[in-house]
Amino acid sequence: MKLSEVAVGGTVVVQSVEPGPDGRGRRLEELGFLTGTVVHVERRAPLGDPVVYSLRGVRLAVRRGDVSLVTVTAVPAEHSGPVAVEVADDPEVTGAP
Amino acid sequence: MHHDHAALEREADLEVALVGSPNAGKTTLFNTLTGLRAKTANYPGVTVTRSEGIVAVGGTEVLLVDLPGTYGLSAISPDEQVVVDALHGLGRRRPDAVVVVVDATTLARSLRFVAELLLLGLPTAVVLTMVDEVAARGGSVDTSRLAAALGVPVVGVVGHRGIGIDAVRALLADPDSWPTPVVPPPADTAGQVAWIDSVVRSCVTAPGPDRRTRRIDTVLLHPVAGVGVFVVVMLAFFQAIFTLAAPVIDAMDALFAWFADAVQSQVPGTLGTFLAEGVVLGVGGVLVFLPQIALLFCILALLEKVGYLARAAFLADRVLGRFGLEGRSVVAMLGSFACAIPGILATRTIPSERRRIATMMAAPLMTCSARLPVYVLLISAFVPARSVLGPLSTQGLAMFGLYALGAVSGLVYASLLSHTVLTGPAAPFAMELPPYRRPTFSSVLLATWDGAWSFVRRAGTVILLTSMALWVMLNLPSVTPPPGLTEAQAASYQMEHSIAGRMGTALEPVFAPLGFEWQTNVALIGSLAAREVFVSTLAITTAAESEDALPERLQELRDPDGDRVYDAATAAAILVFFVYALQCLSTVAVLRRETNSWRWPAFAFASMFALAYLGALVARTVVLGLG
Repeated sequence: MKLSEVAVGGTVVVQSVEPGPDGRGRRLEELGFLTGTVVHVERRAPLGDPVVYSLRGVRLAVRRGDVSLVTVTAVPAEHSGPVAVEVADDPEVTGAP
Repeated sequence: MHHDHAALEREADLEVALVGSPNAGKTTLFNTLTGLRAKTANYPGVTVTRSEGIVAVGGTEVLLVDLPGTYGLSAISPDEQVVVDALHGLGRRRPDAVVVVVDATTLARSLRFVAELLLLGLPTAVVLTMVDEVAARGGSVDTSRLAAALGVPVVGVVGHRGIGIDAVRALLADPDSWPTPVVPPPADTAGQVAWIDSVVRSCVTAPGPDRRTRRIDTVLLHPVAGVGVFVVVMLAFFQAIFTLAAPVIDAMDALFAWFADAVQSQVPGTLGTFLAEGVVLGVGGVLVFLPQIALLFCILALLEKVGYLARAAFLADRVLGRFGLEGRSVVAMLGSFACAIPGILATRTIPSERRRIATMMAAPLMTCSARLPVYVLLISAFVPARSVLGPLSTQGLAMFGLYALGAVSGLVYASLLSHTVLTGPAAPFAMELPPYRRPTFSSVLLATWDGAWSFVRRAGTVILLTSMALWVMLNLPSVTPPPGLTEAQAASYQMEHSIAGRMGTALEPVFAPLGFEWQTNVALIGSLAAREVFVSTLAITTAAESEDALPERLQELRDPDGDRVYDAATAAAILVFFVYALQCLSTVAVLRRETNSWRWPAFAFASMFALAYLGALVARTVVLGLG
């Protein structure tokens, strides 16, 4: 599954990042999308793009087209640890449109 | 700048590079450490700005180089290339040590960058910022354990309260004594991920989510409420820039007029007139906009430091993205409604060079304050004041139409550029949404001062020089007018026979299709200093008794054949000409400086002149056709 396809409110783990053109994949890794990183899809901009992701203690607005290089899987049940920081979200926020 | 740079480098005993991600607090730390002794210049060949300053620790002078904020060392963007080159000592001296600034709240993200830096093998120290924020959210970072895990010195700081600054200063004096990692971090991605996890596990108690920020965001990023707040903030921004600054602008105008009179009465002859009109009013022409520009920078700094600009950019990205721009362009575009120069300076926050240049090139097409007097004059003279609907009048509609024409044209122009001449890699759009923070008074003051000062420095010299040169062109050589003319007619006669007057007459064939005669052409030449000079120059060339009498004068002025010099069609042509023409040499100079080449300003000037000419021709033809 691509990160760009994950619905708002979803939490996933980065499996791999494609290199893509112009060093885009590399840039996404620098921004924190490293293999094993837990990513929470927080909300979408009013016109559908960009999308706010929270990961590694950061909240990043990224265009959906740009995160299509990131392949993700469902969160494994036993997953815990420091990279999951920030994912424990306010229940009142996750239901955002 | 070259001299300054050479001098700084000679006197320094050590050179230390400051690196870190955008928003990590790198610039605050740099300013705190170097005080007011920092110098700014551009890196050769790129649009990237470099700052460096001296930090004196005991008897040691350390040259601190503030490298651009980046997330890594992959050299994708020009900024990163600069960082990579600097750290490898390409093109100049390799730094003796690296200080990496890391936001403690984003430690898990930033450690990858730290790993890459450690692999370079230079003495490295970590400065951990925002430690107070981690604590406020119930977490902690154990700096001594982090230092042990990384194998390098770690100092926690709270920049705005000065905590930890002395420790950083002490560290800078002696990089040779810094511990180095016993085992360097792994070089491969999978190994680095494991390394990051183990480092984080050893020293971090994870902070809870920033509930306050999330709660505010449920409103400010909401599809309806968020957009509503965005519109209100933008309206308040415009209202503040135009109404709060207006009385100050009027007062400064009056002050400079009084000062010019005083100079003229003290210094006799042509020299006195030159000093009064060319120098005093030239300086006045710069400073008169300063209150507005300072206010603009102040509001932008406030919005940025609170964290709202990132939200505004988030909301606007989709729309601006369609035109080859991005969310962060919204700041530059809005600022340009006051003046394109702060707008262009504000593009520095856009990491993608391609989108940054597109934004800079569109900025001059937003209607700046200096166009307003020109619009007011011609609309009041040639658009009949009729009510269309309630308070909405034909004159108001005409004004709105000109603003809209500029804004829409700017977006289309940016879009065309990004599909044609702007090549180069399109970096992904990614922007951090920082936590909402209470800005410190001093940081807002410093940003306002920085912005206002760079406006005076960049625009000031150009406007002053242009204004002096134009005064000479508009007033010399001195001629004796034929007898029997009124004072205003004599002034007009003098200007017609000046250097600029002759140029204006020579340009008549060029501008004849637009309906411009020498009076307009001379005023167009004058407006290259600043667009509003068009009005005062036109008052002289048309022999109006005063600027207040100018609208009437324009309506009645006839050329030697008895035809009206100005009619609705010509007025429409002038208005549209001003929407498009890059009639502002200081904007040209700032474009040159910010893009570090003549290519973009030359292209902007030529293409916008062509647009202005064609647009004016179309406007005139349409108005003539409507009869």
